[in-house]
Amino acid sequence: MTAPQAAGPAVNGVSLGVLVFFFVIVTVGGFLAARWRRPESMASLDEWGLGGRGFGTLTTWFLLGGDLYTAYTFVAVPAAMFATGAVAGWFAVPYTILVYPLIFVFMPRMWSVAHARGYVTPADFVRGRYGSRGLALAVALTGILATMPYIALQLVGIQAVIDTVGLGGSSNTFLKDLPLIISFAVLAAYTYSSGLRAPALIAFVKDTLVYIAIIAAIVYVGWKIGFGPTFHAAETKLNTKTATGKLTGVFIPGNANSYWAYATLAFGSAMALFMYPHAMTATLSSKGRNVIRRNAAILPTYSLMLALLALLGFAAIAKKTSVFGADGYANAQLAVPHFFAQVFPSWFAGVAFAAIAIGALVPAAIMSIAAANLFTRNIYREFFRPDAMPHEEALVSKIASLVVKFGALLFVLSLDRQNAINFQLLGGVWILQTFVAIVAGLYTRWFHRWALLLGWAAAMVWGTITAYQQKVPNDKIKLVDGKPVIEHHGQRHFGSSVANFPFTHVTLYIAVSALVINIVIAVVVTVLLRAVKAPGGADETEPDDYYSDAVSPEVIRAEEPTPAATGVITHPTSRREDT
Amino acid sequence: MWVRITVAALLIMPIVALVAVPTYSNPSPHLWGFPFFYWYSLLWMLLETAMVSTAYVLVTRARRKGGSR
Repeated sequence: MTAPQAAGPAVNGVSLGVLVFFFVIVTVGGFLAARWRRPESMASLDEWGLGGRGFGTLTTWFLLGGDLYTAYTFVAVPAAMFATGAVAGWFAVPYTILVYPLIFVFMPRMWSVAHARGYVTPADFVRGRYGSRGLALAVALTGILATMPYIALQLVGIQAVIDTVGLGGSSNTFLKDLPLIISFAVLAAYTYSSGLRAPALIAFVKDTLVYIAIIAAIVYVGWKIGFGPTFHAAETKLNTKTATGKLTGVFIPGNANSYWAYATLAFGSAMALFMYPHAMTATLSSKGRNVIRRNAAILPTYSLMLALLALLGFAAIAKKTSVFGADGYANAQLAVPHFFAQVFPSWFAGVAFAAIAIGALVPAAIMSIAAANLFTRNIYREFFRPDAMPHEEALVSKIASLVVKFGALLFVLSLDRQNAINFQLLGGVWILQTFVAIVAGLYTRWFHRWALLLGWAAAMVWGTITAYQQKVPNDKIKLVDGKPVIEHHGQRHFGSSVANFPFTHVTLYIAVSALVINIVIAVVVTVLLRAVKAPGGADETEPDDYYSDAVSPEVIRAEEPTPAATGVITHPTSRREDT
Repeated sequence: MWVRITVAALLIMPIVALVAVPTYSNPSPHLWGFPFFYWYSLLWMLLETAMVSTAYVLVTRARRKGGSR
């Protein structure tokens, strides 16, 4: 059974209509969001960039869910399941389980200190904790660098939907990319005017659509295909040998190397997730540390959704879903959208497409806000305008968010799709290297700022080079006259996210190997620097800052500007209650 | 003190269980067509929800009584 999309650029009017309908709804919602829990003035980062720091449990749940489960979840994970199975795809399930105990432990401390000291970004915290502009700059640059390809990946997700409804087939490059450009321009406009409130509101629509689509799909798989046959089809495909004599993929990890790869991918990704600026932004926008802990308990429902989505990759194998795009090339990213187009009526496929597309817009908005906040607080204000007023910060952030989005758009339009995925892989390697400075900093000032900087630099360089060195054959499959033909294009870099740990034959997630190098260097150099009594930098935080919450007296004390708390410039003077 | 130990245990258990891949990388026993490897991961999702929720209740109660953390 071959999906009709492969035949040519036939536009499915019904699916497209439903997609456009939902797009209009979220656009209106995005602009109206500026009035939601309306502040006296939107002109500060606390309001524009953190939604007033007052989101309650339910809003935070939708916002974090909308933020963390992105086009990567909806498109890339099932695509990996479809193409190579468990190690590349299903690891995302333990990953999203492992992340919540970590959030439960670390993030309330982060929230408290950020709340007490007026921090907006993770780099703000590093600046205040270690008294080091250099280390803060390193954290900020890493955050921006890792976020850009993540935004680009959201665009790839939207492209997959556009391609599936039949708008991607035009030979005219401009017309082909026009839908993507329009949707991103609209996103940029309402993010500019409403700030974090826009994705927070749209996240309600997004998650409702996603849950509807995924429940329908999984009922279909269980009822029409059956779970047994689905897994059997996947096992057969993944255990088939390719022309080179290797297995197509991994159905169940079965040897020491795949155990290590699977475990480190899951654990490393879990540690990295909350180092991403957008995850931090969504966390800091909640109104209390209890809200975060409560969310750590209820967010695993999203992991269930992720797992079911991942299984759709296997369902696409069982249904022999065609993944040939409008350009004639096979693209595993099309597995889920094509699966919906294949098995559901056009109108419902449209709902699923809307879920995927809006599911990409929400995180893209939050990511661009987070990257913009990093730029404003830790580059613009830190190095160029130390006495910037709150309204100036908000304006710079708004403009920076536009620049970030259009940068990502140019990236996707001008480079091969594969590059977005490569850089997303690198982004994960990079962002994990801020873990030591941030998470260790929440507990101890033992590490020396220069040692942390050195460990970070070494790990960044090693991780980037190692990821680059992973070469795989760059084969593409093209549909010629209805028959798949393999084209060989030599080799490509960034072929794998796992590599041997230096001087061993153990295969680990590159980000985790780099983190080990990072920690070893940070520890050794700290010991040396402490021995020679190198200046450690001033710590502006107090032990109490790490425990305070919205109602405790420590917060009120910390909110009075003190000479030590130079980072504090704006604070919401009144805290609204969320119902 | 006992609260802290219990909370720590509740939070560490899901991590240890899922990182120990060889303990569950088997196809059988199957459940509703799901190989063990797959349904075991899903089972931990439910267990974790229960464990983190319990940890939340314990921590909140302890804080109300005047402890920290």
